[in-house]
Amino acid sequence: MPVDGQVDVRDALGKLAVRLAGAGARLTEAQRLTGGASAETWAFSIEAPSGRQELILRRRTAPTDPETSRSTSLAAEAALIRAVAARGAPAPPFVHLCDERDGLGEAHVTRRVAGETLGRRINTDPKFDAVRPLLARQCGEVLAKIHATPPPPEANLKFADAAVELDRYEEVYRVSGAERPVLELAFRYLRERLPAPRAPVLLHGDFRNGNLMISPESGLAAVLDWELSHLGDPAEDMGWLCTNSWRFSRPDRPVGGFGDYADLLAGYEAAGGEPISLERVRFWQTLGSLKWGVMCLTMYMSWASGGSASVERPMIGRRVSETEIDLINMLEAGL
Amino acid sequence: MITHPKPEELTEAVGRWIEEIRPALDPRNQFLARVAANALAAVTRELRMGEEAKAAAVQRLEPILGHGGTYEGLNWELCEKLRAGEVGVETPGLIAALRANVLDQLAIDQPNYRHERS
Repeated sequence: MPVDGQVDVRDALGKLAVRLAGAGARLTEAQRLTGGASAETWAFSIEAPSGRQELILRRRTAPTDPETSRSTSLAAEAALIRAVAARGAPAPPFVHLCDERDGLGEAHVTRRVAGETLGRRINTDPKFDAVRPLLARQCGEVLAKIHATPPPPEANLKFADAAVELDRYEEVYRVSGAERPVLELAFRYLRERLPAPRAPVLLHGDFRNGNLMISPESGLAAVLDWELSHLGDPAEDMGWLCTNSWRFSRPDRPVGGFGDYADLLAGYEAAGGEPISLERVRFWQTLGSLKWGVMCLTMYMSWASGGSASVERPMIGRRVSETEIDLINMLEAGL
Repeated sequence: MITHPKPEELTEAVGRWIEEIRPALDPRNQFLARVAANALAAVTRELRMGEEAKAAAVQRLEPILGHGGTYEGLNWELCEKLRAGEVGVETPGLIAALRANVLDQLAIDQPNYRHERS
């Protein structure tokens, strides 16, 4: 039985089935999809007289500090999913915010949306050939809807623009003690080219190939993983989508490894988004490579300081050079 | 250092053994075993190519900093100058030198990574 702390997730899901679908409902399938240091995701199914339901449970396995954490609470995530869905952005339909009766700790349930999230398959599997050319434009349209959503007050989102992000990641880099000339150059380069201030909007915060549920029939079906949502520059979400680390073997297609800049920007404007310059997107794309490079260092550091026993974490430190070649390519080509 | 076996032959042998037993493992351990084999492959490449890459990096950094030194010393000095803005993207030869150094490091760390100019 998978037990963490005091929680037997399968047992608790069995009880939750009855709460969600009424008497006679039973759990027919429960599988852990991902388990990180602080959160995990389960796919589960319920059979009930009212029919079958396919669902996703997200739950925290370690408490987060609301002051210092970059992640929103799952209650905030619930408010966000409802708010963006009301504006027509595809998020997984919200089902239930867990409380003490459920015995699952901090957790919520959404419907399971059919499709594929693995970037490599989306970018190379012939099954997606028909929808692939539509995806960049769809991403632009959906981002315009997300960015137009009034931030739900109960989500208590934090603000971060480019200067805040550069400060945050440079501090982490300095603390690591690493000496990487390309990262030094990139920090300086981006600080000298900060984009003009823009009214902050609601951002997804992790909008990239891998967090997008793609249907082979209709394309972008749902935007997942809202926990890094915050307020900031709308070009941040676009730049992160274009960061080469998420192009999965197709660096020649700048938008997620599936599309072109022009389609992304055109979709954004067509759906009512305030026009954004390509230069601004490429600024954030460069900052995206820099952020991911520092995050890779952070994961190595969490192992080196003894906080996490793992073979994965130290090896991720050897991915910093991936972001360095991407940064050199950006710095040489210009924004 | 002894040469029978060389350290890179030991890491290569262990890496191959991990690949052999990998299919019999459960999915989570299959994934971790692949990460472990990748780590050993990176160590093997560093043992084979690291010294040469380091010497080449020193050669590339010298003209930018105007003097010789150890790799560690030159690398530290370059970081300080980049941070202070004394050296930057407009410095002649800087981008070319950094590109060559990063490509050597990438060939050790992640030779299959696809970037815009690969």
